[in-house]
Amino acid sequence: MGGNLSASVAVLALVSALAAAVFAVVRLRGRRGIATATQRATYDVLHTAGLAAEPLRAGLTRAGAAKAVRHLRTLVGAPGLALVDRVEVLAVDGDGAHHAGQVVAAARRALAAHRSTVLRQSELDCDRIDCAVRGAVVAPVTGPDGKPVAALVAIADDQPAPGLVQATLETARWAGTQLALAELDSSRERLARAEVRALRAQISPHFIYNALTAIASFVRTDPERARDLILEFAEFTRYSFRAHGEFTTLAEELRSIDRYLTIERARFGDRLQVRLQIAPEVLPVSVPFLCLQPLVENAVRHGLSRKPGVGMVSIEARDAGAECHITVEDDGVGMDPAVLAAGISDLAADAGEDSGQHVGLSNVDERLRSVFGDQFGLVVETGLGAGTRVSMRVPKFHAGVRTGR
Amino acid sequence: MPNPYLVPAIVAVTLVTVAIGFYGLRLARTTSDFLVASRAVSPTWNAAAIGGEYLSAASFLGIAGLILKYGVDVLWYPVGFAAGYLALLLFVAAPLRRSGAFTLPDFCEVRLGSRRLRTLATAFVIFIGWLYLVPQLQGAGLTLATVAGSPYPVGALVVAAVVTANVALGGMRAITFVQAFQYWLKLTALAVPAIFLALQWQADARPAVTPPDGPAFRTATTVVVEHPATLALSDGQTREVRPGDELTFAAGDPVPAVSGVATDASDWLLPSTAGADDRGLFATYSLILATFLGTMGLPHVLVRFYTNPDGAAARRTTLVVLAMVGAFYLLPTIYGVLGRIYTPQLLVTGQTDAVVVLLPGAALGDGTTGRLLAALVAAGAFAAFLSTSSGLLTSVAGVISTDVLGRGSVRGFRLATVIAGAVPAVLALNVSGLNVSQVVGLAFAVAASSFCPLLVLGIWWRGLTDLGAAAGVLVGGGAAVGAVLVTVLGPPLSGWPATLIAQPAAWTVPLAFTVMVAVSMATRRRAPADVGATMLRLHAPEALRL
Repeated sequence: MGGNLSASVAVLALVSALAAAVFAVVRLRGRRGIATATQRATYDVLHTAGLAAEPLRAGLTRAGAAKAVRHLRTLVGAPGLALVDRVEVLAVDGDGAHHAGQVVAAARRALAAHRSTVLRQSELDCDRIDCAVRGAVVAPVTGPDGKPVAALVAIADDQPAPGLVQATLETARWAGTQLALAELDSSRERLARAEVRALRAQISPHFIYNALTAIASFVRTDPERARDLILEFAEFTRYSFRAHGEFTTLAEELRSIDRYLTIERARFGDRLQVRLQIAPEVLPVSVPFLCLQPLVENAVRHGLSRKPGVGMVSIEARDAGAECHITVEDDGVGMDPAVLAAGISDLAADAGEDSGQHVGLSNVDERLRSVFGDQFGLVVETGLGAGTRVSMRVPKFHAGVRTGR
Repeated sequence: MPNPYLVPAIVAVTLVTVAIGFYGLRLARTTSDFLVASRAVSPTWNAAAIGGEYLSAASFLGIAGLILKYGVDVLWYPVGFAAGYLALLLFVAAPLRRSGAFTLPDFCEVRLGSRRLRTLATAFVIFIGWLYLVPQLQGAGLTLATVAGSPYPVGALVVAAVVTANVALGGMRAITFVQAFQYWLKLTALAVPAIFLALQWQADARPAVTPPDGPAFRTATTVVVEHPATLALSDGQTREVRPGDELTFAAGDPVPAVSGVATDASDWLLPSTAGADDRGLFATYSLILATFLGTMGLPHVLVRFYTNPDGAAARRTTLVVLAMVGAFYLLPTIYGVLGRIYTPQLLVTGQTDAVVVLLPGAALGDGTTGRLLAALVAAGAFAAFLSTSSGLLTSVAGVISTDVLGRGSVRGFRLATVIAGAVPAVLALNVSGLNVSQVVGLAFAVAASSFCPLLVLGIWWRGLTDLGAAAGVLVGGGAAVGAVLVTVLGPPLSGWPATLIAQPAAWTVPLAFTVMVAVSMATRRRAPADVGATMLRLHAPEALRL
């Protein structure tokens, strides 16, 4: 037991040393530097304003107002402070909660007139003997569109002093700025969502054209096959044009690629060879909708259409711990890396025949990055005559990613 | 008389495991047919894989050893290890799959949306993973020491190195095929020798397991003592023995009673009700709670549920696991019982964990059959260490690389694997005195006091808040971790404190639930705003297509 005892003593010593170190660091960081009174006052005001800003930045809600109003009262320095919109008191801190009706009426007037008012004791009747409210300052808070959306009501326990009026006005103005910033945040988010929606995968017009011509060539010679192909094409378009869900499972995506390749085989016949190596563990992984199809389309075009003889497209999905690694590879003519890089960087400038697949690749790349983060972009390995290999990594779990069903 | 088949069998199992880890996918799933390629893993395969990953050294070696030593009391270990899947089936399997979470920290993020809780869950996943890895390495050291005579640290370090290198280089990544193979290998490695052992027992005219005058040596035996103990010899004397002492017994000599071991027939056969207090009963309930509720908190088991295509498949898989694991756990019991007849010397040396490995040789003699069966058992034991420790190491390295080192690259994962493998290897060298199953029991206790309340309340109670969950995990799980540290590092205790610390689940699990509910009620305003949507997602069957 001697060894055990000394080991436990060592562990105890280590733990207490760690605790002491943490304590020392916390104390040192908590200590304020020696400062002048002005510096301290500036620090206090800015710190309080920062605390109030955080809830306000979430927009004008009851919960946010309740958190913010405490700090705003410290800023104003009044015995009570309320945040009121046109209908009701959103939150109140300190004295004055029982004057809600009068305060809301006054706020409505102030908002309608878009100017601040001072309420005297005569306007704040009260039948409570212990009521300390003697006056109030009502200052409208301007919303993002320049119109007043709420009012800040500072309750005073005396005749409202000019200092209190000034402080209330400035605080109301500051709160208005924060609300405008909140609006900015939410519109930025909306913009990002709209961007993702605009990036939504599209099937390429080339493919539709090619598919229809290939099917047309079978209509007389092999009507049965033409019918099957049209059905496959219908299924493929139904999947591709579906309106809901940004995500799908890898299994679904593979099924769609199967239909796509069936149609392509009608064009290329035995020249198109496919090799699949899919780890069954990653089939349920959620991937952005139509993120593989453009890669396969790119491989078919590059691997086959410009190369004589048989072309091989291999699709591989491997299980890699918390991620899934997917590669699409062809043994075709490849691309010049410089051209590819240029093609991806200035899409708009290049409207030639080649830009189609580049649009596909960069679209997938951008969607992967916008969903999973910048480190999850596409990796393209290629060279003239060396084939092309496109790989992506997809995390098995990412907050906010949910397979649409 | 070394067994010439042993080392080849162990090497072969290791090589086959590594090889199908690297080439299995290429052999099994290279096709040009999309129907074949997009076929999901069937519940049966998935269940076999879960069984392969779950049945560890504790199940393979530890349970038989405990039964040999303590008798009927410890039957709760196999029962609890299997019944844990019942709790998983009833409360967790399908909702967890529907949540889309891959690991436990992921579930915290889905349900409560808190990064801090995620970090806390990560810490517990790592701790439980390490605590569970230690007995695996310990079992490997013990097995190699028993069958090949190597010193204990060699076996532990060799297995640690093989598994770490294999996981780091990308083999064995929770591949269903490999793990399912391991399950059937383990089942065969115990079942086939068990049949032969039962036949041998018949041929020996069915010697009584608990003869009236206690177990006796069947053959002349020399025992080398490894732990200091007090022996009560048959003539009424007591004798203190120290490690290194050699005792020689002739055939037919009664086995001396060792202090703390149930040699007495009635002690061994009947549940212990001895003593005026209820300590034995408390320890038993504690054990039942820990194993029953701990299974759902094991990181390497939960990640396998992700492979199921939907919630219904997850449920079906769990049901099959229950059957497979239940069938397996019948076998170690047979080994433990027959061990009392054929290998009573283990009761004197205290190395009861070796009974599964030694029994075929001891019962069937030195013929080719005995040696081949001994090699089969040793190979099965190695499959147990390899599969469980690979699964655990992959899970622990996964959370280290994503949550501790930041979004991982391949290099990050390798670094994480080395870190995750080194710590338990060092720990395993220092705990050779503990019983394999008891250390695993502690890992279950920690899981039951931290993740079980989190999962059960998270799935079935809308009122859970992030603060409540964190407080419950910290208090309940923290208490269990404290108990584990005291057990492993602290001074020996006696009386009620010893029981409370050795089997903490019966007080830490209710504590965790209580704290979690109380703090959640107190911080009701922090309940996530989208709890309704999350609950719908967890519980609505996929067929509704909501």
